[in-house]
Amino acid sequence: MQVDPQVSARIMRRSQAIDGLFRTFCAICTWAGIVLLFVLIGKIVYEGLPGLNMDFINNFPSRRPGRAGLKAAIWGSVWLMGTVTVFAVPVGVCAAIYLEEYGKRGRLSNFLETNISNLAGVPSIVYGILGLAIFVRTMHMGVSVLAGGLTLALLVLPVIIVSSREALRAVPPGYRSASYALGATKWQTTWKIVLPSAMPGVLTGVILSLSRAMGETAPLILVGAASYIASTPGSPMDQYTALPIQIYDWASRPQAEFKDLAASGIIVLLFVLFLMNALAIYSRQRFLSKLKG
Amino acid sequence: MNADSSINAAASKRLILEWIIERWLFLCALLSVFTTLGILYVLFGQSLNFFREVRPIEFLTGTRWAPLLQPRFFGVLPLVGGTLMIVIIAGVVALPIGLSIGIYLSEYASPLQKKIIKPFLEILAGIPTIVYGYFALTFVTPILQHLIPATEIFNALSAGIVVGIMILPMVASLSEDALRSVPSSLRQGGYALGATSWQVSLSIVVPAAISGISSAFILALSRAFGETMAVTIAAGSTPKLTMNPLESIQTMTAFIVQVSKGDTPVGTVEYYTLFAVALVLFAITFSMNIIANHIQRRYREVYDH
Repeated sequence: MQVDPQVSARIMRRSQAIDGLFRTFCAICTWAGIVLLFVLIGKIVYEGLPGLNMDFINNFPSRRPGRAGLKAAIWGSVWLMGTVTVFAVPVGVCAAIYLEEYGKRGRLSNFLETNISNLAGVPSIVYGILGLAIFVRTMHMGVSVLAGGLTLALLVLPVIIVSSREALRAVPPGYRSASYALGATKWQTTWKIVLPSAMPGVLTGVILSLSRAMGETAPLILVGAASYIASTPGSPMDQYTALPIQIYDWASRPQAEFKDLAASGIIVLLFVLFLMNALAIYSRQRFLSKLKG
Repeated sequence: MNADSSINAAASKRLILEWIIERWLFLCALLSVFTTLGILYVLFGQSLNFFREVRPIEFLTGTRWAPLLQPRFFGVLPLVGGTLMIVIIAGVVALPIGLSIGIYLSEYASPLQKKIIKPFLEILAGIPTIVYGYFALTFVTPILQHLIPATEIFNALSAGIVVGIMILPMVASLSEDALRSVPSSLRQGGYALGATSWQVSLSIVVPAAISGISSAFILALSRAFGETMAVTIAAGSTPKLTMNPLESIQTMTAFIVQVSKGDTPVGTVEYYTLFAVALVLFAITFSMNIIANHIQRRYREVYDH
């Protein structure tokens, strides 16, 4: 069969042109995503930075936008994170240890694993419904830091379990064998050898899951976080508000002044999340270099 | 003799302790099962109270939703329709762009570019949904109103676009994983036949990774179904069946927020709508997640040569 060299050259040129176009299109999509991130942050900083000062951090919410502040929300979020840490971290890490070190094989752990991955896909608002029915109503915790914190703890538990398992899996098996060779029991090996080596990795997952809990709004609305509260919690049974709840309240008011307050609140929230993520990255780097070294 | 028995005692104490610890660890792992059971128990149990007053057929096929006003209507379709509109808009935004990002990252980007791009995508994924809601209301909606004056302040399009941006990093990173797991020998085969790189990407690599890509798509859309804050803030609270994305609508999640923010008395049928709507939402997202996992496992192309 004869192929006209001119035709084949034309086909090739066209092919190469399409190739360039396709590549450019993919690149544009990718960089557009990043540009979008900058637009989003730029918009928020532009609207919110003027209202950001120490009064804003130290004042309680107010009907007058000029005097409204984040004090109750910041302390509410701190209390919530404390509650989440106390409940979710030990349980999550223990569950991860069981799945990774003890019950590795068998139908039961397969079932547990599937269950955890399904739980990770449940919408956060459904956890709010669970918290409302179980903690607030059935257990009579009412609207309290404890009920809110437990709800968020259940929400982030799958994240903690999955990331802790990854950290435990990264510990070289030789560490375990060496420990057994010295006569250590399973738990001694886990507690004194495996867990300390996995700790920075576990910590990374814990911080990331806390930063997820920090930004959650919907479940807290369900379990009754107040949007107007002029005190900081003094005990786990107190009423509370939280950063995202306060932002939601301001953003959903019609006045432009409150919308700007929402932007200032978002700056504070994003700043806290940024710090937490930086800490997580630092901890991950240490973990990796320690395992290599 | 004596020393021996004390060693034995210590050893058996040690063994008992080991046994207790293992039980405790197992209980912690079991807590996740109790969470699932708790969700099922609450959703089904409380919805039962709802279905004592409203026939399931009326709930599932009714086209008017007005449980809080007299006369009351309990047809969930407007809420499902509103949610679907958000999911479709989000899908139109996120799936093609996300897949393109995935292709770019796995086929074209240099290691340095990857090192720059991926952290930004992670940041985008870590931004709380409430922030996206604010962005939709104060940035996307005004632009839409400028372009199309008929746009209402609360509208499905703005919320849908923003939900699309929200699930974009998930689509991108999951499809990149799927594409990267295609062995390079398949690509080289394509090049050896004289294909250009876009031909290799689109007619060899993407089809080879199709199970991973489709499960990524389904997981991302399921996330869009359950998204709450962005749609509550930006899409409005007017449950209606409409095909017009410029109008105010209400999603299932936004309705749940609306009821729980109001002071609906516990024990009334209005209160139980919360659980019935949440049950529908849970059923949809749960089946999507199961399907996604199934596709990934059942249709995974295994390349292990």
